Amino acid sequence: MNSSSHHRAFSPARLAAITTNTLTELTRLKVFYFLLIFALILIGSSVFMAQLTFQQEFQILKDVSLGAMSIFTSLLAIVATARLIPQDIEDRTIYTILAKPVPRFEYVIGKVAGVLLLLAISTVVMTAMFLAVLYSREQTLIHEVMRQAGGAPPEQVADALRSIRTSAFNINMLPGIVVIYLKACLLAALTLFVSTFATTNIFTVVVMVVIYFIGHLQATARQYWLHEHAATWTTRIFLALVALVFPDLQTFNLVDDVVAGAGIALAIFGKTAVLGFFYTTIYTLLAVFLFYGKEL
Amino acid sequence: MTRIGLAAAGLLLFGAARLPLEEGVVQQHQRERLQRVEFNLDLREKLGQLGFIAALSGFRAAVADVLFIKAHVAWENTEWGRVLLLFRQVTTLQPRSVMFWDMAGWHMAWNASVAAMRDATQPRQALRVKAQREYFALGKDFFERGIANNPDSAQLYESLARLYKEKYNDHLRASEFYAKAAEQPGALGYNKRFAAYELSYCEGHEREAYQRLHQFYDMGPNERLPTLISRIKFLEEKLGIPPEQRIPEREGTFLKDAPGR
Repeated sequence: MNSSSHHRAFSPARLAAITTNTLTELTRLKVFYFLLIFALILIGSSVFMAQLTFQQEFQILKDVSLGAMSIFTSLLAIVATARLIPQDIEDRTIYTILAKPVPRFEYVIGKVAGVLLLLAISTVVMTAMFLAVLYSREQTLIHEVMRQAGGAPPEQVADALRSIRTSAFNINMLPGIVVIYLKACLLAALTLFVSTFATTNIFTVVVMVVIYFIGHLQATARQYWLHEHAATWTTRIFLALVALVFPDLQTFNLVDDVVAGAGIALAIFGKTAVLGFFYTTIYTLLAVFLFYGKEL
Repeated sequence: MTRIGLAAAGLLLFGAARLPLEEGVVQQHQRERLQRVEFNLDLREKLGQLGFIAALSGFRAAVADVLFIKAHVAWENTEWGRVLLLFRQVTTLQPRSVMFWDMAGWHMAWNASVAAMRDATQPRQALRVKAQREYFALGKDFFERGIANNPDSAQLYESLARLYKEKYNDHLRASEFYAKAAEQPGALGYNKRFAAYELSYCEGHEREAYQRLHQFYDMGPNERLPTLISRIKFLEEKLGIPPEQRIPEREGTFLKDAPGR
Protein backbone atom coordinates (compact mmCIF):
# COMPACT_ATOMS: atom_id res chain seq x y z
CA MET A 1 0.00 0.00 0.00
CA ASN A 2 1.25 3.47 -0.88
CA SER A 3 2.14 5.52 2.21
CA SER A 4 0.57 8.65 0.64
CA SER A 5 -2.85 6.98 0.70
CA HIS A 6 -2.73 7.20 4.52
CA HIS A 7 -2.12 10.91 4.37
CA ARG A 8 -5.10 13.03 5.26
CA ALA A 9 -5.57 16.65 4.17
CA PHE A 10 -6.32 17.65 7.74
CA SER A 11 -5.23 15.88 10.86
CA PRO A 12 -6.19 17.05 14.36
CA ALA A 13 -3.28 14.99 15.74
CA ARG A 14 -0.75 16.84 13.59
CA LEU A 15 -2.34 20.16 14.54
CA ALA A 16 -2.20 19.21 18.22
CA ALA A 17 1.47 18.24 17.85
CA ILE A 18 2.38 21.64 16.32
CA THR A 19 0.27 23.48 18.94
CA THR A 20 1.89 21.61 21.85
CA ASN A 21 5.32 22.07 20.37
CA THR A 22 4.76 25.84 19.95
CA LEU A 23 3.52 26.11 23.53
CA THR A 24 6.51 24.15 24.87
CA GLU A 25 8.90 26.24 22.81
CA LEU A 26 7.43 29.49 24.15
CA THR A 27 7.41 28.17 27.71
CA ARG A 28 11.11 27.33 27.40
CA LEU A 29 11.72 30.98 26.56
CA LYS A 30 10.64 31.71 30.14
CA VAL A 31 7.86 34.04 29.00
CA PHE A 32 5.96 33.19 32.18
CA TYR A 33 8.44 35.32 34.13
CA PHE A 34 6.25 38.29 33.32
CA LEU A 35 3.73 36.77 35.74
CA LEU A 36 6.18 37.57 38.53
CA ILE A 37 6.15 41.22 37.47
CA PHE A 38 2.36 41.08 37.44
CA ALA A 39 2.38 39.67 40.98
CA LEU A 40 4.74 42.42 42.13
CA ILE A 41 2.49 45.09 40.62
CA LEU A 42 -0.51 43.54 42.37
CA ILE A 43 1.13 43.31 45.77
CA GLY A 44 2.85 46.69 45.41
CA SER A 45 -0.33 48.54 44.49
CA SER A 46 -2.25 46.71 47.20
CA VAL A 47 0.24 47.78 49.89
CA PHE A 48 0.54 51.34 48.59
CA MET A 49 -3.22 51.83 48.34
CA ALA A 50 -3.79 50.75 51.94
CA GLN A 51 -3.57 54.43 52.94
CA LEU A 52 -6.64 55.29 50.84
CA THR A 53 -10.28 54.55 51.66
CA PHE A 54 -11.45 51.07 50.73
CA GLN A 55 -13.47 52.23 47.70
CA GLN A 56 -10.45 54.10 46.35
CA GLU A 57 -8.18 51.19 47.16
CA PHE A 58 -10.37 48.62 45.40
CA GLN A 59 -10.94 50.81 42.36
CA ILE A 60 -7.22 51.51 41.89
CA LEU A 61 -6.28 47.90 42.57
CA LYS A 62 -8.75 46.75 39.92
CA ASP A 63 -7.71 49.43 37.41
CA VAL A 64 -4.01 48.68 37.84
CA SER A 65 -4.47 44.90 37.76
CA LEU A 66 -6.79 44.81 34.75
CA GLY A 67 -4.68 47.44 32.95
CA ALA A 68 -1.55 45.37 33.60
CA MET A 69 -3.39 42.24 32.46
CA SER A 70 -4.37 44.00 29.23
CA ILE A 71 -0.87 45.30 28.47
CA PHE A 72 0.85 42.02 29.38
CA THR A 73 -1.44 39.85 27.27
CA SER A 74 -1.18 42.29 24.34
CA LEU A 75 2.62 42.44 24.58
CA LEU A 76 2.90 38.70 24.97
CA ALA A 77 0.64 38.16 21.96
CA ILE A 78 2.72 40.47 19.77
CA VAL A 79 6.22 39.50 20.93
CA ALA A 80 5.60 35.76 21.13
CA THR A 81 3.90 35.57 17.73
CA ALA A 82 6.31 37.87 15.92
CA ARG A 83 9.21 35.46 16.44
CA LEU A 84 7.43 32.21 15.54
CA ILE A 85 7.96 32.00 11.77
CA PRO A 86 11.30 33.92 11.55
CA GLN A 87 12.73 31.76 14.35
CA ASP A 88 11.63 28.52 12.66
CA ILE A 89 13.22 29.73 9.43
CA GLU A 90 16.43 30.71 11.24
CA ASP A 91 16.59 27.37 13.10
CA ARG A 92 15.59 25.61 9.84
CA THR A 93 12.95 23.61 11.76
CA ILE A 94 10.31 24.89 9.34
CA TYR A 95 11.97 22.89 6.53
CA THR A 96 11.92 19.74 8.63
CA ILE A 97 8.24 20.20 9.36
CA LEU A 98 7.12 21.18 5.88
CA ALA A 99 9.21 18.46 4.27
CA LYS A 100 6.89 16.02 5.99
CA PRO A 101 3.33 15.73 4.71
CA VAL A 102 2.15 18.70 6.79
CA PRO A 103 0.02 21.21 4.89
CA ARG A 104 1.05 24.82 5.35
CA PHE A 105 -2.34 25.80 6.80
CA GLU A 106 -1.92 23.21 9.54
CA TYR A 107 1.47 24.66 10.35
CA VAL A 108 0.11 28.25 10.60
CA ILE A 109 -3.03 27.27 12.52
CA GLY A 110 -1.00 25.08 14.86
CA LYS A 111 1.38 27.96 15.54
CA VAL A 112 -1.40 30.42 16.26
CA ALA A 113 -3.23 27.87 18.41
CA GLY A 114 -0.06 27.43 20.49
CA VAL A 115 0.09 31.18 21.14
CA LEU A 116 -3.63 31.33 21.97
CA LEU A 117 -3.14 28.51 24.46
CA LEU A 118 -0.22 30.35 26.02
CA LEU A 119 -2.35 33.50 26.25
CA ALA A 120 -5.23 31.53 27.80
CA ILE A 121 -2.94 30.03 30.47
CA SER A 122 -1.44 33.45 31.23
CA THR A 123 -4.87 35.10 31.48
CA VAL A 124 -6.18 32.38 33.79
CA VAL A 125 -3.12 32.60 36.07
CA MET A 126 -3.26 36.42 36.19
CA THR A 127 -7.00 36.33 36.90
CA ALA A 128 -6.47 33.84 39.72
CA MET A 129 -3.71 35.98 41.25
CA PHE A 130 -5.82 39.12 40.93
CA LEU A 131 -8.90 37.53 42.48
CA ALA A 132 -6.79 36.10 45.32
CA VAL A 133 -5.38 39.56 46.20
CA LEU A 134 -8.83 41.13 45.90
CA TYR A 135 -10.38 38.46 48.12
CA SER A 136 -7.60 38.76 50.67
CA ARG A 137 -8.02 42.58 50.91
CA GLU A 138 -11.81 42.18 51.13
CA GLN A 139 -11.51 39.68 53.99
CA THR A 140 -9.02 41.90 55.84
CA LEU A 141 -11.40 44.86 55.61
CA ILE A 142 -14.40 42.77 56.65
CA HIS A 143 -12.53 41.56 59.73
CA GLU A 144 -11.56 45.14 60.58
CA VAL A 145 -15.18 46.29 60.27
CA MET A 146 -16.43 43.38 62.40
CA ARG A 147 -13.80 44.15 65.04
CA GLN A 148 -14.67 47.86 65.14
CA ALA A 149 -18.44 47.33 64.87
CA GLY A 150 -18.77 46.51 68.58
CA GLY A 151 -22.21 47.73 69.63
CA ALA A 152 -23.22 49.21 66.27
CA PRO A 153 -26.75 48.38 65.07
CA PRO A 154 -26.85 45.25 62.86
CA GLU A 155 -28.36 47.30 60.00
CA GLN A 156 -25.32 49.60 59.93
CA VAL A 157 -22.87 46.71 60.08
CA ALA A 158 -24.73 44.97 57.24
CA ASP A 159 -24.63 48.19 55.16
CA ALA A 160 -20.87 48.54 55.76
CA LEU A 161 -20.20 44.92 54.81
CA ARG A 162 -22.39 45.20 51.71
CA SER A 163 -20.52 48.33 50.72
CA ILE A 164 -17.15 46.55 51.02
CA ARG A 165 -18.34 43.51 49.08
CA THR A 166 -19.81 45.55 46.21
CA SER A 167 -16.61 47.64 46.01
CA ALA A 168 -14.40 44.55 45.89
CA PHE A 169 -15.70 41.92 43.49
CA ASN A 170 -17.93 42.69 40.56
CA ILE A 171 -19.19 39.78 38.45
CA ASN A 172 -18.90 41.97 35.33
CA MET A 173 -15.13 41.80 35.65
CA LEU A 174 -15.16 38.23 34.32
CA PRO A 175 -16.64 39.05 30.87
CA GLY A 176 -14.29 42.06 30.88
CA ILE A 177 -11.31 39.71 31.36
CA VAL A 178 -12.60 37.40 28.60
CA VAL A 179 -12.68 40.44 26.30
CA ILE A 180 -9.04 41.24 27.26
CA TYR A 181 -8.17 37.70 26.16
CA LEU A 182 -10.08 38.12 22.88
CA LYS A 183 -8.16 41.32 22.18
CA ALA A 184 -4.88 39.45 22.73
CA CYS A 185 -6.06 36.66 20.37
CA LEU A 186 -6.86 39.25 17.71
CA LEU A 187 -3.40 40.82 18.12
CA ALA A 188 -1.72 37.41 17.92
CA ALA A 189 -3.51 36.53 14.66
CA LEU A 190 -2.76 39.95 13.20
CA THR A 191 0.91 39.65 14.20
CA LEU A 192 1.11 36.28 12.49
CA PHE A 193 -0.42 37.82 9.37
CA VAL A 194 2.16 40.65 9.40
CA SER A 195 5.01 38.22 10.07
CA THR A 196 4.16 36.20 6.93
CA PHE A 197 5.37 39.08 4.72
CA ALA A 198 7.74 40.83 7.15
CA THR A 199 11.45 40.38 6.66
CA THR A 200 12.51 40.70 10.29
CA ASN A 201 11.21 40.19 13.76
CA ILE A 202 11.72 43.83 14.69
CA PHE A 203 9.75 45.02 11.66
CA THR A 204 6.78 42.92 12.78
CA VAL A 205 6.91 44.22 16.35
CA VAL A 206 7.22 47.86 15.23
CA VAL A 207 4.34 47.50 12.75
CA MET A 208 2.22 45.90 15.46
CA VAL A 209 2.94 48.70 17.94
CA VAL A 210 1.82 51.21 15.31
CA ILE A 211 -1.30 49.13 14.60
CA TYR A 212 -1.97 48.98 18.35
CA PHE A 213 -2.06 52.78 18.60
CA ILE A 214 -4.01 53.31 15.38
CA GLY A 215 -6.42 50.54 16.38
CA HIS A 216 -7.44 52.53 19.44
CA LEU A 217 -8.25 55.50 17.18
CA GLN A 218 -9.92 53.49 14.42
CA ALA A 219 -13.39 54.17 15.87
CA THR A 220 -12.77 57.93 15.72
CA ALA A 221 -11.66 57.66 12.07
CA ARG A 222 -14.67 55.50 11.23
CA GLN A 223 -16.99 57.94 12.96
CA TYR A 224 -15.63 60.88 10.92
CA TRP A 225 -15.70 58.89 7.70
CA LEU A 226 -19.27 57.65 8.09
CA HIS A 227 -20.95 60.52 9.89
CA GLU A 228 -19.03 63.75 9.16
CA HIS A 229 -19.53 65.02 5.62
CA ALA A 230 -17.50 68.23 5.84
CA ALA A 231 -14.11 66.59 5.16
CA THR A 232 -12.41 66.73 1.75
CA TRP A 233 -12.45 63.59 -0.40
CA THR A 234 -8.73 62.93 0.20
CA THR A 235 -9.37 63.03 3.94
CA ARG A 236 -12.37 60.78 3.52
CA ILE A 237 -10.34 58.23 1.55
CA PHE A 238 -7.65 58.26 4.21
CA LEU A 239 -10.23 57.82 6.98
CA ALA A 240 -11.94 55.03 5.04
CA LEU A 241 -8.62 53.19 4.67
CA VAL A 242 -7.92 53.50 8.40
CA ALA A 243 -11.43 52.29 9.21
CA LEU A 244 -11.30 49.35 6.80
CA VAL A 245 -7.73 48.16 7.33
CA PHE A 246 -7.23 48.53 11.07
CA PRO A 247 -9.15 46.71 13.81
CA ASP A 248 -11.24 48.66 16.32
CA LEU A 249 -9.33 47.89 19.51
CA GLN A 250 -11.29 50.42 21.58
CA THR A 251 -14.27 48.04 21.44
CA PHE A 252 -12.29 45.57 23.55
CA ASN A 253 -11.62 48.02 26.40
CA LEU A 254 -14.68 47.20 28.45
CA VAL A 255 -12.85 46.82 31.76
CA ASP A 256 -12.38 50.60 32.15
CA ASP A 257 -16.11 50.97 32.57
CA VAL A 258 -16.57 47.71 34.45
CA VAL A 259 -14.16 48.83 37.18
CA ALA A 260 -16.02 52.12 37.38
CA GLY A 261 -19.17 50.14 38.17
CA ALA A 262 -20.86 49.79 34.79
CA GLY A 263 -22.46 46.47 33.91
CA ILE A 264 -21.84 44.62 30.66
CA ALA A 265 -25.06 43.60 28.95
CA LEU A 266 -25.07 40.10 27.51
CA ALA A 267 -25.74 41.55 24.04
CA ILE A 268 -22.61 43.73 24.22
CA PHE A 269 -20.49 40.85 25.46
CA GLY A 270 -21.87 38.56 22.76
CA LYS A 271 -21.30 41.06 19.94
CA THR A 272 -17.77 41.85 21.17
CA ALA A 273 -16.96 38.15 21.42
CA VAL A 274 -18.29 37.55 17.88
CA LEU A 275 -16.22 40.49 16.63
CA GLY A 276 -13.09 39.13 18.36
CA PHE A 277 -13.64 35.65 16.93
CA PHE A 278 -14.33 37.14 13.49
CA TYR A 279 -11.11 39.22 13.55
CA THR A 280 -8.96 36.33 14.78
CA THR A 281 -10.32 33.91 12.17
CA ILE A 282 -9.99 36.30 9.23
CA TYR A 283 -6.45 37.41 10.14
CA THR A 284 -5.41 33.76 10.56
CA LEU A 285 -6.92 32.85 7.16
CA LEU A 286 -5.12 35.79 5.54
CA ALA A 287 -1.88 34.65 7.20
CA VAL A 288 -2.45 31.13 5.79
CA PHE A 289 -3.11 32.59 2.35
CA LEU A 290 0.11 34.61 2.38
CA PHE A 291 2.12 31.76 3.88
CA TYR A 292 1.19 29.54 0.94
CA GLY A 293 2.91 32.02 -1.37
CA LYS A 294 5.98 32.42 0.80
CA GLU A 295 9.18 31.15 -0.74
CA LEU A 296 11.04 28.99 1.74
CA MET B 1 3.15 40.46 -5.14
CA THR B 2 -0.17 39.28 -6.59
CA ARG B 3 -0.79 37.32 -3.43
CA ILE B 4 -0.08 40.38 -1.24
CA GLY B 5 -2.43 42.43 -3.44
CA LEU B 6 -5.14 39.80 -3.05
CA ALA B 7 -4.56 39.73 0.72
CA ALA B 8 -4.88 43.53 0.85
CA ALA B 9 -8.13 43.29 -1.13
CA GLY B 10 -9.32 40.61 1.28
CA LEU B 11 -8.44 42.89 4.21
CA LEU B 12 -10.50 45.72 2.70
CA LEU B 13 -13.43 43.40 2.00
CA PHE B 14 -13.28 42.09 5.54
CA GLY B 15 -13.17 45.71 6.75
CA ALA B 16 -16.32 46.50 4.81
CA ALA B 17 -18.04 43.34 6.08
CA ARG B 18 -17.29 44.09 9.72
CA LEU B 19 -18.37 47.77 9.58
CA PRO B 20 -22.05 47.13 10.43
CA LEU B 21 -21.05 44.90 13.34
CA GLU B 22 -18.61 47.50 14.70
CA GLU B 23 -21.16 50.28 14.31
CA GLY B 24 -23.73 48.11 16.07
CA VAL B 25 -21.36 47.55 19.00
CA VAL B 26 -20.64 51.31 19.25
CA GLN B 27 -24.35 52.11 19.25
CA GLN B 28 -24.94 49.48 21.91
CA HIS B 29 -22.12 51.02 23.97
CA GLN B 30 -23.82 54.40 23.68
CA ARG B 31 -27.16 52.93 24.73
CA GLU B 32 -25.53 51.25 27.73
CA ARG B 33 -23.66 54.48 28.54
CA LEU B 34 -20.28 52.77 28.18
CA GLN B 35 -17.92 55.65 27.69
CA ARG B 36 -15.74 56.26 24.68
CA VAL B 37 -13.68 59.35 25.46
CA GLU B 38 -13.64 62.05 22.76
CA PHE B 39 -10.02 62.59 21.84
CA ASN B 40 -9.65 66.26 21.02
CA LEU B 41 -7.34 69.22 21.66
CA ASP B 42 -9.14 70.07 24.89
CA LEU B 43 -8.35 66.65 26.34
CA ARG B 44 -4.78 66.84 24.98
CA GLU B 45 -4.28 70.15 26.84
CA LYS B 46 -5.81 68.74 30.00
CA LEU B 47 -3.78 65.54 30.05
CA GLY B 48 -0.39 66.51 28.74
CA GLN B 49 1.43 64.54 26.06
CA LEU B 50 2.21 61.35 27.98
CA GLY B 51 -1.21 61.10 29.57
CA PHE B 52 -2.84 61.67 26.21
CA ILE B 53 -0.78 58.92 24.57
CA ALA B 54 -1.54 56.55 27.42
CA ALA B 55 -5.24 57.33 27.17
CA LEU B 56 -5.04 56.77 23.39
CA SER B 57 -3.53 53.35 24.00
CA GLY B 58 -6.54 52.16 25.91
CA PHE B 59 -5.29 52.87 29.43
CA ARG B 60 -7.56 55.71 30.37
CA ALA B 61 -8.58 54.03 33.64
CA ALA B 62 -4.94 53.65 34.70
CA VAL B 63 -4.16 57.25 33.64
CA ALA B 64 -7.18 58.43 35.62
CA ASP B 65 -5.85 56.57 38.69
CA VAL B 66 -2.43 58.17 38.39
CA LEU B 67 -4.04 61.61 38.12
CA PHE B 68 -6.26 60.76 41.08
CA ILE B 69 -3.21 59.92 43.19
CA LYS B 70 -1.65 63.24 42.09
CA ALA B 71 -4.86 64.99 43.14
CA HIS B 72 -4.64 63.22 46.50
CA VAL B 73 -1.09 64.56 46.98
CA ALA B 74 -2.21 68.05 45.88
CA TRP B 75 -4.98 67.87 48.49
CA GLU B 76 -2.46 66.92 51.20
CA ASN B 77 -0.46 70.01 50.15
CA THR B 78 -3.67 72.11 50.06
CA GLU B 79 -3.06 73.16 46.43
CA TRP B 80 -6.74 73.69 45.65
CA GLY B 81 -6.34 74.98 42.09
CA ARG B 82 -4.34 71.87 41.21
CA VAL B 83 -6.86 69.61 42.96
CA LEU B 84 -9.62 71.13 40.81
CA LEU B 85 -7.63 70.80 37.58
CA LEU B 86 -6.65 67.19 38.28
CA PHE B 87 -10.16 66.14 39.24
CA ARG B 88 -11.49 67.68 36.03
CA GLN B 89 -9.03 65.50 34.11
CA VAL B 90 -9.86 62.42 36.18
CA THR B 91 -13.61 62.78 35.72
CA THR B 92 -13.18 63.46 31.99
CA LEU B 93 -11.29 60.20 31.61
CA GLN B 94 -13.47 58.09 33.89
CA PRO B 95 -16.97 59.61 33.93
CA ARG B 96 -18.56 56.32 35.02
CA SER B 97 -16.59 56.23 38.26
CA VAL B 98 -18.89 57.51 40.99
CA MET B 99 -16.05 57.63 43.49
CA PHE B 100 -14.10 60.21 41.43
CA TRP B 101 -17.10 62.55 41.12
CA ASP B 102 -17.87 62.13 44.80
CA MET B 103 -14.29 62.85 45.89
CA ALA B 104 -14.05 65.84 43.54
CA GLY B 105 -17.26 67.36 44.90
CA TRP B 106 -16.26 66.69 48.49
CA HIS B 107 -12.83 68.30 48.08
CA MET B 108 -14.33 71.41 46.53
CA ALA B 109 -17.42 71.91 48.68
CA TRP B 110 -16.00 70.85 52.03
CA ASN B 111 -12.21 71.09 52.05
CA ALA B 112 -11.40 73.89 49.61
CA SER B 113 -14.35 76.02 50.76
CA VAL B 114 -13.23 75.82 54.41
CA ALA B 115 -9.66 76.63 53.38
CA ALA B 116 -10.95 79.65 51.44
CA MET B 117 -12.74 80.98 54.53
CA ARG B 118 -9.60 80.53 56.62
CA ASP B 119 -7.32 82.07 54.01
CA ALA B 120 -4.99 84.29 56.04
CA THR B 121 -3.68 85.97 52.90
CA GLN B 122 -7.12 87.43 52.13
CA PRO B 123 -7.99 90.10 54.73
CA ARG B 124 -11.41 90.96 53.24
CA GLN B 125 -14.12 88.70 54.54
CA ALA B 126 -16.43 89.46 51.63
CA LEU B 127 -13.88 88.03 49.22
CA ARG B 128 -13.32 84.99 51.43
CA VAL B 129 -17.06 84.34 51.48
CA LYS B 130 -17.19 84.80 47.70
CA ALA B 131 -14.37 82.28 47.26
CA GLN B 132 -16.11 79.88 49.60
CA ARG B 133 -19.35 80.11 47.58
CA GLU B 134 -17.45 79.52 44.39
CA TYR B 135 -16.08 76.30 45.86
CA PHE B 136 -19.61 75.26 46.93
CA ALA B 137 -20.72 75.82 43.34
CA LEU B 138 -17.77 73.80 42.01
CA GLY B 139 -18.66 70.95 44.36
CA LYS B 140 -22.30 71.10 43.28
CA ASP B 141 -21.22 71.08 39.63
CA PHE B 142 -19.16 67.90 40.16
CA PHE B 143 -22.07 66.15 41.87
CA GLU B 144 -24.56 67.23 39.20
CA ARG B 145 -22.34 66.19 36.30
CA GLY B 146 -21.60 62.96 38.13
CA ILE B 147 -25.32 62.27 38.39
CA ALA B 148 -25.78 63.13 34.69
CA ASN B 149 -23.18 60.46 33.87
CA ASN B 150 -24.39 57.98 36.52
CA PRO B 151 -28.11 58.58 36.96
CA ASP B 152 -28.59 55.52 39.18
CA SER B 153 -25.93 56.43 41.74
CA ALA B 154 -27.37 56.66 45.25
CA GLN B 155 -24.00 57.88 46.55
CA LEU B 156 -23.95 61.01 44.36
CA TYR B 157 -27.57 61.93 45.14
CA GLU B 158 -26.75 61.51 48.82
CA SER B 159 -23.67 63.75 48.54
CA LEU B 160 -25.67 66.42 46.70
CA ALA B 161 -28.33 66.24 49.40
CA ARG B 162 -25.66 66.67 52.09
CA LEU B 163 -24.26 69.66 50.22
CA TYR B 164 -27.67 71.36 50.14
CA LYS B 165 -28.19 70.54 53.80
CA GLU B 166 -24.82 71.51 55.23
CA LYS B 167 -23.57 74.22 52.87
CA TYR B 168 -26.65 75.90 51.40
CA ASN B 169 -29.04 75.21 54.29
CA ASP B 170 -31.61 74.36 51.65
CA HIS B 171 -33.53 71.60 53.44
CA LEU B 172 -36.15 71.22 50.74
CA ARG B 173 -33.60 70.40 48.02
CA ALA B 174 -31.73 68.22 50.54
CA SER B 175 -34.91 66.28 51.24
CA GLU B 176 -35.59 65.94 47.51
CA PHE B 177 -32.13 64.50 46.80
CA TYR B 178 -32.13 62.18 49.83
CA ALA B 179 -35.45 60.85 48.52
CA LYS B 180 -33.93 60.37 45.06
CA ALA B 181 -30.93 58.61 46.63
CA ALA B 182 -33.32 56.26 48.44
CA GLU B 183 -34.95 55.33 45.12
CA GLN B 184 -31.68 54.20 43.53
CA PRO B 185 -30.49 50.58 43.53
CA GLY B 186 -28.18 49.73 46.41
CA ALA B 187 -29.16 52.84 48.41
CA LEU B 188 -28.32 52.73 52.10
CA GLY B 189 -31.28 52.43 54.43
CA TYR B 190 -30.99 55.81 56.12
CA ASN B 191 -31.57 57.93 52.98
CA LYS B 192 -35.34 57.62 53.13
CA ARG B 193 -35.34 58.61 56.80
CA PHE B 194 -33.00 61.55 56.15
CA ALA B 195 -35.37 62.78 53.42
CA ALA B 196 -38.15 62.95 56.02
CA TYR B 197 -35.88 64.62 58.61
CA GLU B 198 -34.91 67.33 56.13
CA LEU B 199 -38.51 67.90 55.12
CA SER B 200 -39.38 68.51 58.76
CA TYR B 201 -37.27 71.70 58.67
CA CYS B 202 -39.15 73.15 55.68
CA GLU B 203 -41.79 75.81 56.22
CA GLY B 204 -45.08 74.74 54.64
CA HIS B 205 -44.18 71.04 54.49
CA GLU B 206 -44.72 70.21 58.15
CA ARG B 207 -47.84 68.11 57.64
CA GLU B 208 -46.23 65.94 54.95
CA ALA B 209 -43.04 65.58 57.02
CA TYR B 210 -45.06 64.60 60.09
CA GLN B 211 -46.87 61.86 58.15
CA ARG B 212 -43.63 60.50 56.72
CA LEU B 213 -41.87 60.53 60.10
CA HIS B 214 -44.86 58.82 61.68
CA GLN B 215 -44.64 56.04 59.12
CA PHE B 216 -41.12 55.28 60.37
CA TYR B 217 -42.29 55.49 63.98
CA ASP B 218 -45.10 53.02 63.24
CA MET B 219 -42.61 50.51 61.81
CA GLY B 220 -41.56 49.57 65.33
CA PRO B 221 -39.04 50.25 68.10
CA ASN B 222 -36.02 49.67 65.83
CA GLU B 223 -36.94 52.70 63.76
CA ARG B 224 -37.58 55.00 66.76
CA LEU B 225 -34.20 56.67 66.70
CA PRO B 226 -33.41 59.83 68.74
CA THR B 227 -33.62 62.27 65.80
CA LEU B 228 -36.88 60.73 64.61
CA ILE B 229 -38.49 61.16 68.03
CA SER B 230 -37.19 64.70 68.41
CA ARG B 231 -38.45 65.76 64.95
CA ILE B 232 -41.88 64.20 65.60
CA LYS B 233 -42.11 65.99 68.94
CA PHE B 234 -41.10 69.26 67.29
CA LEU B 235 -43.77 68.87 64.60
CA GLU B 236 -46.44 67.80 67.10
CA GLU B 237 -45.92 71.13 68.84
CA LYS B 238 -45.80 73.11 65.65
CA LEU B 239 -48.86 71.48 64.09
CA GLY B 240 -50.81 71.45 67.35
CA ILE B 241 -51.46 67.71 67.25
CA PRO B 242 -54.07 66.72 69.90
CA PRO B 243 -52.45 65.11 72.97
CA GLU B 244 -54.17 61.75 72.42
CA GLN B 245 -52.63 61.47 68.94
CA ARG B 246 -49.12 62.34 70.07
CA ILE B 247 -46.42 59.74 70.62
CA PRO B 248 -45.87 58.81 74.29
CA GLU B 249 -44.19 61.55 76.30
CA ARG B 250 -41.74 59.03 77.80
CA GLU B 251 -39.99 58.59 74.45
CA GLY B 252 -39.89 62.36 74.06
CA THR B 253 -38.40 63.01 77.52
CA PHE B 254 -35.95 60.18 77.11
CA LEU B 255 -34.63 61.93 74.02
CA LYS B 256 -35.28 65.53 74.86
CA ASP B 257 -31.64 66.47 74.34
CA ALA B 258 -31.40 64.84 70.95
CA PRO B 259 -29.87 66.94 68.16
CA GLY B 260 -32.28 69.12 66.22
CA ARG B 261 -34.63 69.46 69.16
